[in-house]
Amino acid sequence: MTSSNPPGTRLNGDGAALILEATEIRKSFGSQEVLKSVSLDVTRGEVVVLMGPSGSGKTTFLRCINHFEKPNSGVVWVNGHLIGSKLDRGGRRVDASAREIARQRAEIGFVFQHFNLFPNRTALENVMLGPIEVQKMSKDKARTLAVDQLTKVGLSNKMDAYPAQLSGGQKQRVAIARSLAMSPALMLFDEPTSALDPEVIGEVLTVIRDLANDGMTMIIVSHEIGFAREVADRVAMFDDGQIVEIGVPQQVFDNPTQARTKAFLSKVL
Amino acid sequence: MLISALPFNTSFFWHELLRPSSGFLGGLGRTVYISVLSQALAVIIGLVVALARRSTLRILRGVAGFYVWVLRGTPLLVQLVIVYDGLAATNIYRFQDMTLLGVTLIGSVQAAIVTLALNESAYMSEIIRAGLAAVDVGQNEAALSIGMTPAQSMRHVVVPQAMRFVIPPLGNDFNAMMKNTSVLSVIGVPEMFLITQEISSSTFHTFEIFLDAALYYLALTTIWTFIQAWLEAKIDRSWGIVPTHRSMLAALREHFQDSRTLGLSRRA
Repeated sequence: MTSSNPPGTRLNGDGAALILEATEIRKSFGSQEVLKSVSLDVTRGEVVVLMGPSGSGKTTFLRCINHFEKPNSGVVWVNGHLIGSKLDRGGRRVDASAREIARQRAEIGFVFQHFNLFPNRTALENVMLGPIEVQKMSKDKARTLAVDQLTKVGLSNKMDAYPAQLSGGQKQRVAIARSLAMSPALMLFDEPTSALDPEVIGEVLTVIRDLANDGMTMIIVSHEIGFAREVADRVAMFDDGQIVEIGVPQQVFDNPTQARTKAFLSKVL
Repeated sequence: MLISALPFNTSFFWHELLRPSSGFLGGLGRTVYISVLSQALAVIIGLVVALARRSTLRILRGVAGFYVWVLRGTPLLVQLVIVYDGLAATNIYRFQDMTLLGVTLIGSVQAAIVTLALNESAYMSEIIRAGLAAVDVGQNEAALSIGMTPAQSMRHVVVPQAMRFVIPPLGNDFNAMMKNTSVLSVIGVPEMFLITQEISSSTFHTFEIFLDAALYYLALTTIWTFIQAWLEAKIDRSWGIVPTHRSMLAALREHFQDSRTLGLSRRA
């Protein structure tokens, strides 16, 4: 098991490869403390769903993982890289350059609530852009890759459509294909179905479910309890900038130990 | 000297309009290429200034802000005289005739292009700055999320999208620029206005020849209006936005219908 891990892989106590190691992340916006020491380890192939009331810090935590937000303190390791930082010759932690941060982000897929597809590019071009500009792949290779990824998310008939010509569910599937084209080690989903009409939520969840079955490591902010129960290995319940409860879905949903978890579940169920 | 008034000379008016002298056409040509070159340079300089104003470096923001403040805050006419006559008078720099790729640019034309480009770049930088700000922040984040550096995101994602917001006000500015070339006569650039003035003083057909000039300026700005509409439609198409097939005439008709219905309802 360990022999298949690339060099630099960090292991947890059980010898499983850690894809994410976030330790005591704190983040404030002005005087507002949004994350109050959040820690989370995610092993390869694991799916963790983050839940909790809005404003509880789920999205900010997700954004700290790929350094969209710089934590005020705490350490994030993804796939063996110290995110947003590097160690200087003396072993001290210093800020990484924009180029180094970009290289780290290329290994972390991020799917947005509002898709953020490039409106002036077709579905195919949206997916091809990263491989061409970031990985310096040839156009032909990038096209083949993009066709594969779009086919995988069920959009082989929409390759040449512009975002304006796609439904919300189709847009989100293109966005997922765009992230997957970079062969990320970790996929982050920020409420991927919250901006969707009810009838197309299913097609996006199906794509994510397929990814889980393929062994993709994922952290998903979602309010879909049925979906979380099905795909999540663990559910982390956020409240007031902290993880108040974490465990397998059956435990968190059916036998919550924390009053705040019970309060949240009673509102959404 | 007393100049006796002349009646409107219809044949002179039509002759100069339909078969303008080579001198007049030369002036027209200069008006066009000075405008186009200056605008092109202004877009490039304006983009650099706009990016500098968004820089994280305070000094760069300061320099760019100062640049815009000075160039937008002083008259083009004053800038022209400073660049062409002022620099020469103090022996700092004298614009000499120059031959580039077989085309001779006289000194005053060079000074005109430089000054117009600098002046216009200040306005362009503000237009581009607004265009960049109009691109949703999510676009930049999406570019960063697939591993682009901030510079790559700017180049491949944000700037191309900003173009859609930049073209309409840019077109408006270019329209003004073509007409503003008439002030270049002050430093002796033989553009359309100066040539018209010369024809006027040698023939005394002031009304006729300036009416011709006005029609030529109108023709230039009209042609530009169509080019701009074509550009905007082209950008829309490249975003997959279906054209609404609304011609300019249709738009005008609608406008007048609207005002007529408004008038009617007020009377009712």
